[in-house]
Amino acid sequence: MPDLQLQNILVKPGTKEILKLEQLTLMESQIYAIVGPSGSGKSTFLKVINLLMKPVQGKMNFFGQELSLPHLSGSGRLLVQREMAFVAQKPVMFQTTVFENVAMGLRYRGIDRLTIRKRVNEALEQVGLLGSAGQAAHTLSGGEAQRVALARALVLKPKLLLLDEPTSNLDPKNVSIFEQVTRNIHQTFQTTILIVTHHLHQARRLASHCLFIHEGKLVEMADTDSFFQTPKTEDLKAFLSGQMVY
Amino acid sequence: MPFSQDVISVILLSLQVSTVAIVIGVLIGIPFGSFLGLYAFPGKRLLTVVIYTLMGLPPVLIGVIVYLLLSKHGPLGSLQWLFTPQAMMVAQSILVTPIIIGLSMSAVQAKEQTYLETIRSLGATPAQTIWTIIKESRKGIWAGVATAYGRAISEVGAVMLVGGNIEGHTRVMTTAIILETRMGNFDAALQLGAVLLIISFILNNLLVMGILADFRSRRRKES
Repeated sequence: MPDLQLQNILVKPGTKEILKLEQLTLMESQIYAIVGPSGSGKSTFLKVINLLMKPVQGKMNFFGQELSLPHLSGSGRLLVQREMAFVAQKPVMFQTTVFENVAMGLRYRGIDRLTIRKRVNEALEQVGLLGSAGQAAHTLSGGEAQRVALARALVLKPKLLLLDEPTSNLDPKNVSIFEQVTRNIHQTFQTTILIVTHHLHQARRLASHCLFIHEGKLVEMADTDSFFQTPKTEDLKAFLSGQMVY
Repeated sequence: MPFSQDVISVILLSLQVSTVAIVIGVLIGIPFGSFLGLYAFPGKRLLTVVIYTLMGLPPVLIGVIVYLLLSKHGPLGSLQWLFTPQAMMVAQSILVTPIIIGLSMSAVQAKEQTYLETIRSLGATPAQTIWTIIKESRKGIWAGVATAYGRAISEVGAVMLVGGNIEGHTRVMTTAIILETRMGNFDAALQLGAVLLIISFILNNLLVMGILADFRSRRRKES
């Protein structure tokens, strides 16, 4: 069953088109990896889905809700946005404790204190940081901060989890922990996950499907095995073999 | 004169006038400054320039404008506030509000775009977004409030014009210093000046301690 359908998306802040997608359908409970050269529009793609960036045209069907993206605002935008969670490449840690950082999205939703405590503790336990709940978030290492950002996302129990190069600044150990937690979230909640990554091995390890975005366009999409073993386009072949110059 | 009943009432009135002015400035300036720092809209650049200009507004000019507004035949003359502490509060509010707006705006703008995106992606309403950004920018905003308080309590031109330096009624520290200097009582003037400095030091110290205590309590809150 499709979770997310995008149609005729055009992001054009000025004269240059930075993202142009004609049609894209993503199925529920899958992990999608989005790969492509730097500046190809991958992060823009996630921000459009997360309603952080408004395209000049385009429609999104989000779990059966038909949305006209350029005209979506106010409470309509908020309701859809609250069904998703986003983890950025460089996690923002608010100037408070780890617990409060993770609780923030729940507080925005007006959830009661007891439920917040329970869910935040569960989320922190999942990312292995329950013991750091009272610690000032800005004193965490990069890997720990990224795990807090992941806990902050998973505590919301989103239908769609968007990860924008979440492990690009992490050491191998933290990459491994992050990937394991991501798998756990997927298995436990059947969450649909989109992850932008520069690490092709990570895409292979995590994703059931891969998308290749180049120069703002979706060039190829396939299940992970086919994507890596039998790429159809010359661009993807060049990218996978490291020959693409950008 | 130091620490006589008169001096104490002068000090208390100074604190009262400036504190009320700051509270008004904070209530208007922080939300408005944060909004300006966060959102883009037509005319924002012009408005920003106007606010920066108003931050340097001479107190004596504010005094003249408030005087004209509150004078018997002025548009607000019916309030009968001229030569009262209320008039001094109005004048100082006009003085400090642009400072708080401008410095709040700068503090908010100093936060990276990723802060805003993270807050929005967590499902914050616009009001929750502004409140979170204010909390995140609080050090810069408090510095702005401290600057504004220092400007208010040390200004003399506006309060002299609209308050009139009436003994026991509208005399504050700065106008008392001028009076004592004119009368040749330099010791008294310097002592009042020292009191002014000490008050400023204590208030700024409280602000800094408040920020630290706030942070410590947040650390303890859920541990």
